[in-house]
Amino acid sequence: MTREKTFTLVKSYKPFHSKFDPCPPIGRKYYRTPPNLYINFQPPNMEQFTPEEALKYGTLWKFFYDFYDNPYRERET
Amino acid sequence: MWVYEKKLQYPVKVRDCNPRLAKYLIEQYGGADGELAAALRYLNQRYTIPEKVIGLLTDIGTEEFAHLEMIATMIYKLTKDATPQQMAAAGLGDHYVNHDSALYYHDAAGNPWTATYIQAKGDPIADLYEDIAAEEKARATYQWLIDISDDPDINDSLRFLREREIVHSMRFREAVEILKEEKGKKKFF
Ligand SMILES: [Fe+2]
Repeated sequence: MTREKTFTLVKSYKPFHSKFDPCPPIGRKYYRTPPNLYINFQPPNMEQFTPEEALKYGTLWKFFYDFYDNPYRERET
Repeated sequence: MWVYEKKLQYPVKVRDCNPRLAKYLIEQYGGADGELAAALRYLNQRYTIPEKVIGLLTDIGTEEFAHLEMIATMIYKLTKDATPQQMAAAGLGDHYVNHDSALYYHDAAGNPWTATYIQAKGDPIADLYEDIAAEEKARATYQWLIDISDDPDINDSLRFLREREIVHSMRFREAVEILKEEKGKKKFF
């Protein structure tokens, strides 16, 4: 069974930046909402990775895979 | 009883000699939301949790020790050939004077691990909710570690560990669902 992800795994908002704040604005702040939040109990027959992929990704289930990287990389200063 | 396999759950490769990164990674070794706290929390709570979910706590608690071992390997490799001067320059001078390059259970700021980081309330829902929160906090710690680290090989292993926290959180949430279930009652939808 293929379960489409009908939700996003990252949310963002723009924190208020006052002219008295010493650091340049970070722009958007990000937070993660991983796939497990959108399901109460895993239904049977969900789509699986191959065993090799599962060992690499840390989950057997495609639905629960969530790659993470630093979202602030563009602004390095 | 445990059976020990003399290999890591996931390979740990380290690209650069980087004691500063080791200093940060210690957070997941002896910190409040680290792997030691996780393992000890679950393997202790399991004695007083309904039978249906004892096995889950045993399995996840055991896996946390495998994660602890991965973190230990990272810290060990990142500091193993560092001179005392390099340790001091990386902010590990206070660690060095107490421990040389030995590992120790404290967080990134040097606070020693304490049992007050973990709870066993004896109330299954309270305990499982704590476990869910612990997994989300560990997931967040891995995110901030990936953000701050420039070592692609370390980040690869950290991503694996982060994904495991997502799966653990899911399983604890399922445990709550199992305990919520009304047994022997007719269900009306
Ligand atoms: Fe975990």
